[in-house]
Amino acid sequence: MTVRFRVGDTVKVSDLGKAGHIRTPFYVRGKVGEVIQFCGFFLNPENLAVGNTAGPVIPLYRVSFRQKDLWPHYEGSPGDKVLIEIYDHWLTAAPGITSGKCEAERSS
Amino acid sequence: MSHADVHHHDRAHTHHADETLVTEDEAGNLEAQIIIDALQNLLVTKNLLAPEEVTQEIERLEAPGVHLGALIVARAWADPAYKARLLANGKSAALELGIKVGEAQLIVVENSTTVHNLVCCTLCSCYPRSILGQPPSWYISKAYRARAVREPRVVLAEFGLLLPEDVELRVHDSNADMRYLILPERPTGSESMDMSQLAELVTRDCMIGVAKVAPVRAPRK
Repeated sequence: MTVRFRVGDTVKVSDLGKAGHIRTPFYVRGKVGEVIQFCGFFLNPENLAVGNTAGPVIPLYRVSFRQKDLWPHYEGSPGDKVLIEIYDHWLTAAPGITSGKCEAERSS
Repeated sequence: MSHADVHHHDRAHTHHADETLVTEDEAGNLEAQIIIDALQNLLVTKNLLAPEEVTQEIERLEAPGVHLGALIVARAWADPAYKARLLANGKSAALELGIKVGEAQLIVVENSTTVHNLVCCTLCSCYPRSILGQPPSWYISKAYRARAVREPRVVLAEFGLLLPEDVELRVHDSNADMRYLILPERPTGSESMDMSQLAELVTRDCMIGVAKVAPVRAPRK
């Protein structure tokens, strides 16, 4: 499976409406953020939870979100962010939409 | 199964906001403990498990503690080259000190005068157990898990940490395969300390991000 996103890419979290052991919390669904790291390939926890350990492995990314994009009434600094890990199939490219930059967190 | 059983089953598996972490009967027996004891007895009777194996596993789970994380932080404070390696790859840098990280990867993030980091797991209780031991009860509470991402500055204030407005707060939701360790700022007054003295300054809360390492006061003369 290919690594679809690069560090700096703007991505949107899908709402796949799945049940079970999904690791994408509701508060980031539909939100736009920036890929800050590719973590490697991992077994899909949605499969692992039901005993399917055969794979395949899928890419995992760290994505940075501006707090103000997650919570409209967020009180705090405009620079505040949430950084979270999202598996590949929950992400779609969202070019052109601005998202929180997080320079120091970027890694190649 | 009687109607009462069905009702009890429903109640036990419906997650209410006010649910308790443990359920005990009037005699003080923990429901989960009763089930575990029954399962263990069965496995021992069938020769699938020896009681010593259970004890060994409990010891293995409880052996790691905050001292391991503190050792990593102290080394990073004392050795800039080590710190660079730690920030690049937490797992291999921990292994340099003989500390085996059981989780897939350890991401180490550094606090500074302009950035503060906080760790939580909104979905369950993911925590770098192999270097910090078992998480504190507040870390796995629903209140912390919900509020750490939604109103982290209020949570930090309740821990006694008032973060200036111009400091960027980064909350790491440890929701999947990575685990996080915060490298706190080395406190003032610690300049002449050796590694073991430095390690004693590092607390669990500083490595989760709900506290900063307190400045070291000069000893009274």
